[in-house]
Amino acid sequence: MTPILEYRDLSKVFFKGEQRIHALAHVTAEVEEGELLAIVGPSGCGKSTLLNLSAGLMEPGTGEVIYRGRPLTCVNTQVSYVTQKDNLLPWRTVEDNVALPLGLGERARSSRDDRRERVARYIEMVGLGGFEKHYPSELSGGMRKRAQLARSLVYEPDVLLMDEPFGALDAQLKLVLQAELLQMWEGTGKTLVFVTHDLTEAISIADRVIVMSSRPGRIRAIEHIDLPRPRDVFGIRFAAGFGDYFERLWSALREDIRQGQEV
Amino acid sequence: MTDTAVNQAGVGSRSPVDEVFLVDPSVRARRRQTVIVAVSRSALAVLGLVVWELVSDRVISSFWISSPSAIWSALLRFAVEGQLLPAVWVTLLETAAGFAAGAGAGILVGLAFGISPLIARILDPYLVALNSIPRVALIPLFILWFGIGFETKLLFAATLVFFPVFLNTFAGARDVDRDLIDVIRVMGASRLDVVRRVFIPSALVWVFAGLRMSIPFALIGAVIAEMFTSNEGLGYLIAVTANQYDTAGSFASLLVTTVLGLALTWGVSQLERRALRWRLHSA
Repeated sequence: MTPILEYRDLSKVFFKGEQRIHALAHVTAEVEEGELLAIVGPSGCGKSTLLNLSAGLMEPGTGEVIYRGRPLTCVNTQVSYVTQKDNLLPWRTVEDNVALPLGLGERARSSRDDRRERVARYIEMVGLGGFEKHYPSELSGGMRKRAQLARSLVYEPDVLLMDEPFGALDAQLKLVLQAELLQMWEGTGKTLVFVTHDLTEAISIADRVIVMSSRPGRIRAIEHIDLPRPRDVFGIRFAAGFGDYFERLWSALREDIRQGQEV
Repeated sequence: MTDTAVNQAGVGSRSPVDEVFLVDPSVRARRRQTVIVAVSRSALAVLGLVVWELVSDRVISSFWISSPSAIWSALLRFAVEGQLLPAVWVTLLETAAGFAAGAGAGILVGLAFGISPLIARILDPYLVALNSIPRVALIPLFILWFGIGFETKLLFAATLVFFPVFLNTFAGARDVDRDLIDVIRVMGASRLDVVRRVFIPSALVWVFAGLRMSIPFALIGAVIAEMFTSNEGLGYLIAVTANQYDTAGSFASLLVTTVLGLALTWGVSQLERRALRWRLHSA
């Protein structure tokens, strides 16, 4: 298979207020089309920077981001960005929030009926049927997350870039949403890049896990997760092999986490 | 956590005669408080008016403080002589025009500042400087430039309205989540889309707070400008009655001005309720 995304010797520096941040150093990696790639690392290791670069929201300092064989030079609208915050528009109902991407750019030209049908289909898919006319403030955290997911999927992007999407949820809800995400994703052939700091989450859902070092982020380890699919996120942590993966990846993560604490 | 919204929906569909909503002490305490507030307010108003009426000419000469009954007859006199409505109309027009100009400019500049941090950094010291000019000191210049007509009043009211609206719009636009903008740009939004679909609606809450705050300023501006230089409007009426030692007339014009101010504020609040209907749901 050809990679859909390639990072070639990427380095990146940016400013956060007055502070200069060296976020990435010589990252080279590939994302295969159709895979679920998890990126794990200590907080502030440049995971989000990598996603921002993949979305074309930032320009690389040195190196290149290649999308489908071509260097990215502007915002990459073939992808969808899912953040930790749900980022729903509070003045729009669930329905109108989900319809938002369909009213932008080229897609605004598709027929009304087609758009309406798609919105309804994705709202149904994430299990929010009956809540179309509700405002985000009337929904629980989990439901807002589902609405956000529907909005990211409704325009059928090739790649989903997810930045700790379930990071702010409680442990149970996180598992439920992981299961729902896998169920929606398995068999679609979409590519998913999933950033998290939760190693268990990464191994549970991913085909491949990349471990990154603390700032400036470098790639520390890459591991193929050969656990069978469809997966049961509730039980997989007890499956044979899970422990080995965890141990190997944890040892790669461990020293950086200790370093991070000293700083 | 997942089910809170479902529960809320359940509360909405409860049977209307659920007993607890009638007898719960906290419900009754709330109802009692509402009654106390309403009764006390009216009583205070009546008491104030009665004391004023009694004190007038018995303790303090009515030359200084007039009296409610005298003010009422002054009001009737204005109305009968046909002075009142034209004065209200003139002041209302000046207020509305000044408000529209000041608010429009405030919203535009505020959005520009919020959308482009660069513009904000460049222009910031100038706006701080402009804001520290005592606005009344500009009236002589305005008169020099525009004469003593409508434009001077409009402009003066606008200078008072501009800053609160500008500052609020700026705060609102700056408040917009950068993540949200990124997410929407990836969905294919152009810069214009981002402004239209994110910045403007998102700043609207703040804009309306600014508008509500500054509508009295528009009225104040119009009235002050009228007091300086005019032969019509409520400000003129206030100045003229005071010059003639007509205290009752002065109070009457003040009263009308106050009612006008309240009405304008109410109007903006109504507009706000309609524009921000989604907020009603986030109670």
